[in-house]
Amino acid sequence: MSKIYKNQIFIPMTALLILLLFNLIADPSFFKITMGLNSAGNPVLSGYLMTVLDNGSELAILAIGMTLVTAASGGQDISVGAAIAIAGSTLLRVLCGTNTRPDTLRTPIFVAFLISCLVAMAFGAFNGVLVAIFKIQPMVATLILYTAGRSIAAWINNNELPIISDPKFSYYGGFIPGIPIPTPVFIAAAMVILITLVLKFTNLGLYTQAVGINESSSRLNGLNPVFIKWLTFVILGLCVAVAALIKVSRLSSINYSVIAKDIEMDAILAVALGGNALSGGKFNMAASVIGAFVIQLLTTTLFKFNVPSDALPAYKAVVVIMLVVFSAPVVRDRMSVLFKKLSAESRKEAA
Amino acid sequence: MADKALLTMRGIDKFFPGVKALMGVDFTLRKGEIHALMGENGAGKSTLIKVLTGVYTKDAGTIELDGNDVNIRSPQDAQHAGISTVYQEITLCPNLSVAENMYIGRSDAVLQNWKKMNEGADKLLRSLDIPAQATQQLGSCSIAVQQMVAIARAVDMECKVLILDEPTSSLDEQEVQKLFKLMRELKGRGVGIIFVTHFLDQVYEVCDRITVLRDGKLVGEYEIKDLPRLQLVSKMLGKELDDLSDINTDKEGETVDRTSEPVFEAEGLSSTEGIKPFDFNIRKGEVNGFTGLLGSGRSECVRAIFGADRVVSGTVKKNGKTVKIQKPIDAMKNGIGYLPEDRKVDGIIGDLSVRENIILALQVMKGFFKPFTKAEANAFADEYIKALSIKTASADTPIKSLSGGNQQKVILARWLLTHPDYLILDEPTRGIDVGTKVDIQKLVLKLASEGMSITFISSETDEMLRTCSRLIVMRDRRVVGELTGEDLTQNKIMSTIAGGEEKNE
Repeated sequence: MSKIYKNQIFIPMTALLILLLFNLIADPSFFKITMGLNSAGNPVLSGYLMTVLDNGSELAILAIGMTLVTAASGGQDISVGAAIAIAGSTLLRVLCGTNTRPDTLRTPIFVAFLISCLVAMAFGAFNGVLVAIFKIQPMVATLILYTAGRSIAAWINNNELPIISDPKFSYYGGFIPGIPIPTPVFIAAAMVILITLVLKFTNLGLYTQAVGINESSSRLNGLNPVFIKWLTFVILGLCVAVAALIKVSRLSSINYSVIAKDIEMDAILAVALGGNALSGGKFNMAASVIGAFVIQLLTTTLFKFNVPSDALPAYKAVVVIMLVVFSAPVVRDRMSVLFKKLSAESRKEAA
Repeated sequence: MADKALLTMRGIDKFFPGVKALMGVDFTLRKGEIHALMGENGAGKSTLIKVLTGVYTKDAGTIELDGNDVNIRSPQDAQHAGISTVYQEITLCPNLSVAENMYIGRSDAVLQNWKKMNEGADKLLRSLDIPAQATQQLGSCSIAVQQMVAIARAVDMECKVLILDEPTSSLDEQEVQKLFKLMRELKGRGVGIIFVTHFLDQVYEVCDRITVLRDGKLVGEYEIKDLPRLQLVSKMLGKELDDLSDINTDKEGETVDRTSEPVFEAEGLSSTEGIKPFDFNIRKGEVNGFTGLLGSGRSECVRAIFGADRVVSGTVKKNGKTVKIQKPIDAMKNGIGYLPEDRKVDGIIGDLSVRENIILALQVMKGFFKPFTKAEANAFADEYIKALSIKTASADTPIKSLSGGNQQKVILARWLLTHPDYLILDEPTRGIDVGTKVDIQKLVLKLASEGMSITFISSETDEMLRTCSRLIVMRDRRVVGELTGEDLTQNKIMSTIAGGEEKNE
């Protein structure tokens, strides 16, 4: 028991199970998944679990990048929400040009997405330079983009709100005709598979952890800590662009001041819920991703029980406090001692 | 034993998962004595200290202070009971003033009388003859003075038991003397001092009694006059050993072809760390060393060779070919390895496992896109854990939970794994036990006999004389001499460091 408990993935998994259990007891209809037709007449699966998977996608994608940034730099990027606004705005600008209500797209979606990736990665690189080269505390460094990002996003489209009528664009945040599972789920799964492969077939994991734990030693072992920290910010930039594609596609439009608002806090929380130290060093990617879905599950559960959306953050905070306290190393150590005592006693009784 | 026992620990047990760190250890400290706690790394010295100071809770045993049973559950308890500790690493706040450091966290009062505090601090500093001002920022004092301030803080808290855990490892000879003077002064005031150190000389210079631990068990308590040095070493190691003399004979067999082309050669090398441009070379199978006082630029020289600091001038040749070494990876690719002076800051990656720490350098050389498979990494780790007899629960154990000597072996394994033809060892034996020290010295000579070139740096001149066939002497960040053959004696080194007759710049 104590061994399982020590495993990092135990905390987010337990949180996930407790939340699911709560829903099972409170109202089993939470698990009901029905097949229906959406407004476009396509068969789609719907139900609360689908909502969790669907809406948790962006968060899971961001959690991947945030985990790497946290591991290497021992700090967090608080500008991802603003960066999503920029990437989304770029995407629309490339697709629409100056005509905000185009009948046809000016560029293929794929090309527009690539350009928005480059822009998001460039902004990530900017954050990375501040952190890695100028040694500014990550939260302070990214505060710049956090403050300025949404204005930049608005400026990219001359403060207008383009709307895309081409149904193909809505596939990324919605459904592809004939496939009943929401596309964001596939995109998030692809990103998770991608990062798993990268961690397996490169040394990204070893290098970021080494740099996060001891920068000076890492340098003397031939690593380039500046480059590695910078790289994690660029990777987060890529995650931002993917999340932005989903977010913008959901609306087929953008609202600069609201899009992905406060998502950075949820992304950081996902990393923390995964039991990763926010001071950097060792990380567990799977735990972060599960952490992201725990947050979404919590949000959806609260919505289901008709918690008014302006009271939502308060309810969320209570649950989050509990989760974070339980995943704190101090508590985990105490608990594992407790488990050991219990198992020792039960062995005694058995004997 | 008419002296009054101040502190008695009886039958102390402490278990960690899978390890019995202490088994029935007794320890007695009397009023006004300096008591050395000796043992190899992993013998249980630190654990015993941590039990006494409340960092760990004991699993069994009793602790009596002044005849009363005490139950110490936290460092605060220990402080209130009158047990103070000064650690190897300064645990004070360098950005506060000396007086603030002495009084921090000790008063329940809401308001602080700054004037009174500074006056009190100054008075105490003067009475202990510590060269510091109350209002001076602590960070501006030397490490030795900072340590003394930490002791003064303990004294002012009216401690009965003062624990000094490796206080001298980063001090030079003069500073050590000052510290000893302070210790004797406190001894005169009736404070019981527990002194943990690896330096045998210092034990015999200042201590009254010795308690020896081995493998978590008590070996015995001895009066200093009853336990000659060689006996102490053999008690610590648990066997009669002539290893130290063995090594001397080993060295006779060393043969270096002085006419061959140097494996590594540097001309006019200097770095941003302020060393004067120096020339240097080393041949196949040679062991040489940099010697000089602390701060003379020994470490800076080898750091420049490895590219650890930014190199500003000079040319470097590897096996006769001019190469560019600007950063560590360049040096590594040219077959150079470097075990840094400060193991904690520059060597270990604390949270990573022993396995990851061993493969790191080779992995970096192999490249970002070519990670070792699990099986390969395990094979490397197991091979070197066995070859260097690294004591670790498993290859998965985080390196930070190993003892100092074993951490050092892991770092050594890391570099041996890269199969360098030139290996730089900067203070590989600092702060580690006698047994491991001998192991490392032997290993150095063995590697050299197999054709590796090694530069060896140590603050202990004995050790360098035993291992090196050529010594480069440094003073004030400048190479001031080179000693070989007959000249390799303590006296000659001293006179060269001091700037005697010869000056071959």
